[in-house]
Amino acid sequence: MKVSLNDIRKYFGHVKANDGITFTLEPGTIYGLLGENGAGKSTLMKILSGYQAQDHGEILLDGITSSFKSPAQALASGIGMIYQDPHDVPSMRVLDNYLLGRSKGVSQDRENGKAELLATAERMGFPIDLKAYIDTLSLGERQQLELLRLLALGAEVLILDEPTTGISAEQKEELFDSLRKLAEEGKTIVLVSHKLSEVQELCHQVKVLRRGKLVGESDIPCPMEKLVGMMFEEIPPRKERESFVRDEVILNVSGVVLESDRVIVRDLNLDIHQGEVFGLAGLEGSGQRLFLQACAGLIHPTSGRLLLDSEEITRRQYHKLQNIGVGYLAAGRLEEGLVAGLSLLDHVALSDPDTKFVIDRVYFKELTERRIDQYKIVGTPSTMIDALSGGNQQRALFALLRTPLKLALLEHPTRGLDVRSADHIWQLLFSRVSQGTTIIFMSADLDELVDRSDRIAAFSGGKMSRVVKASETSADELGHLIGGEE
Amino acid sequence: MTWRKLLRTGWPIIPVVSALLLTGFLLIAFGVSPVDGFGAMLQGAFGDYNKVLNVTAFWVPLALSSAGLILAFTAGLWNIGIEGQIVMGAIAASWLALKFDLPSPWQIVFQLLAAMIAGALWAGVTGILKTRGRVHEIFGGLALNNLAIIFTNYLISGPWQPPEGGTFRGTAPFQDKAILPLFADSRLSLISVVLLLVALISVYLLLRGTSWGLKLKALGKNPRSAFLLGVSSERELLIALMLCGALAGLGGAVRVTSWFDSLRQSISGGIGYLSLLVVMLSNFSVVPTPFIAYFFSAVLNGSITLQLRTQLHSSLGGIMTGVMVLLVLLFGDIRVFNFFAHQKSKELADE
Repeated sequence: MKVSLNDIRKYFGHVKANDGITFTLEPGTIYGLLGENGAGKSTLMKILSGYQAQDHGEILLDGITSSFKSPAQALASGIGMIYQDPHDVPSMRVLDNYLLGRSKGVSQDRENGKAELLATAERMGFPIDLKAYIDTLSLGERQQLELLRLLALGAEVLILDEPTTGISAEQKEELFDSLRKLAEEGKTIVLVSHKLSEVQELCHQVKVLRRGKLVGESDIPCPMEKLVGMMFEEIPPRKERESFVRDEVILNVSGVVLESDRVIVRDLNLDIHQGEVFGLAGLEGSGQRLFLQACAGLIHPTSGRLLLDSEEITRRQYHKLQNIGVGYLAAGRLEEGLVAGLSLLDHVALSDPDTKFVIDRVYFKELTERRIDQYKIVGTPSTMIDALSGGNQQRALFALLRTPLKLALLEHPTRGLDVRSADHIWQLLFSRVSQGTTIIFMSADLDELVDRSDRIAAFSGGKMSRVVKASETSADELGHLIGGEE
Repeated sequence: MTWRKLLRTGWPIIPVVSALLLTGFLLIAFGVSPVDGFGAMLQGAFGDYNKVLNVTAFWVPLALSSAGLILAFTAGLWNIGIEGQIVMGAIAASWLALKFDLPSPWQIVFQLLAAMIAGALWAGVTGILKTRGRVHEIFGGLALNNLAIIFTNYLISGPWQPPEGGTFRGTAPFQDKAILPLFADSRLSLISVVLLLVALISVYLLLRGTSWGLKLKALGKNPRSAFLLGVSSERELLIALMLCGALAGLGGAVRVTSWFDSLRQSISGGIGYLSLLVVMLSNFSVVPTPFIAYFFSAVLNGSITLQLRTQLHSSLGGIMTGVMVLLVLLFGDIRVFNFFAHQKSKELADE
């Protein structure tokens, strides 16, 4: 289906999220929609997928003016969108979830649905377990299921918003293969991303947004410098950083065994030094998250010992560890970390262990303003946290980490952020590190691991690889370690 | 768009008017002129001085338990067990009233305190079942409601049976000093009104300006995030439930020591369930709660007169309040204002 966008405008107050965007999408083509955070990519795609309405401009599908009041209407017209967080029902089984949107009457034709789902999954090359519950699936698997569901509902145009954040490299390959197949079948595919390498790898054409306007179009392949030049007005320089690693061991891990339903981490032995930035690589669900959670006291080892500052913390609870300077940031912002419906000031007061029974609003207003300033959050103390943009929510999470901070445990600290925002977050983290904070973080971005860590270990199927020095390794070597090679 | 605008500005008038209209149609269907019907209700509620006092006396325990429920709802807890907490409060107050003989003001003070403690403990059982036993507070609460009612019946027909052999309806009347000082000849005690005001203001201040209130809000909105931000859920939830239970227990004590003068079979009269409706209509906020509770009390008391005048069953008042709550839920999405604010923020959030 041919999709034409004509002079699309969407304003939020003074912010011009989309400021007169016009372009056409041809069938059988994979488009990359590039832009840094706040460029207007998500807004535009949400307008196209019926999630929100434009203020001005029109959408033409095969030359016919169309307007959608809901994602369901857009889907009925053939436009489907896969969000960063799949909109599925966590407590339902795969098959039920699949049948959910498509049954027209009261009775569900389970047998047909099952056959259809299996056939499409087969065609796309997705392994699928019909009886599994959604909440036991990885993000990548949920995404695959969502893709299958949209296809079954007749989507001709597929929009994927940052689909590769949080899924494994293997799942990414599967996804890309299936997208190529779909493009050959004549579907129109839009990949919203700020990962240039992925756009280069998958897309036929790229469109670049900056500050709500279309600033560039190009065929792929296209030189990296040109893409970066279109995305950013200036290329952010990467600063060399000094190492703050001291001799003292801050965290001693010996013989630790961690068990979850999906993976068992065996016999973990590791010394992490004060002021060190320790990176954890690995496919999703390989055990690195369990390790972070064990250090945070959110889960406890079935055997082995954890020493923090020579103090045994093996079975200590999260809140106790928080009080002695352990901080943990989970990957989901509004699910695990922030409370929708509370303001920034509320969050600062809530996370401050010294808050008195009666909240001193004046003091916290000032404190919140300082944090807003320091972390470059676009908002005021009374802004509701869910009214902040994704990048600002991420920065708010970091602004809530306590001081002093002995050990910071971070899941995907810069996921979903553009290069410049990510760099800013790391500058703030390094200033903590220079004051003696130790960081253990996991990331799916190998470049980030190599650039930011002092040492790195990879997890593969619950087994930790040898520890490598970041200065002596490469993304390539890490790739091998993640694959379980020695 | 205009329809939504209408809803936004019209809320909560629209559901209230719709409920009145619907009840009006019901009256017509039963052959009673709505003017006469509503007139009778108004008369029954505010027709004379005594009736106003009566409505007020019924209002006090209702508003007390509603105030408690606001705390529980803020923490995201569906304290259906409030009914049982009222009953246990009434039982505790009755126990002191029947079995102890204390110097005059202390008799009442200890009765009220005992009622609050009993209500708090009964709520605490629901809380422990939830935090330690993973029993949802709705189910735990319902079970405990039943237990409380069975316990009342056992006491009335067993150990606390009046000496004259008695009925299955209640205990012997309490000693005089165990009854709250009543205003004029009514069933209203001014002390209970003062206690209610203190309760309402406390709940308001707790939720508005304290870190504890903030923690409750966080827990109610997103327990996982609240936990990660450092909020201990078990303690705060237990405290919220127990405070709610204490206010409900106090309401129970007011029922036995001013509305009645003894422990009766259905001592709560459904006030607990009614207060659930009150706080749903007030959008879980403190300021409108006493007014809505008063309105409920007026409607329910007024419908007794309606029955006398028109032979229609007095449950019409119950129907009216029930329909009103349903319509608010239907039209309002409970909270029209927040709902629209939320949509807007969602739109902003996508960048």
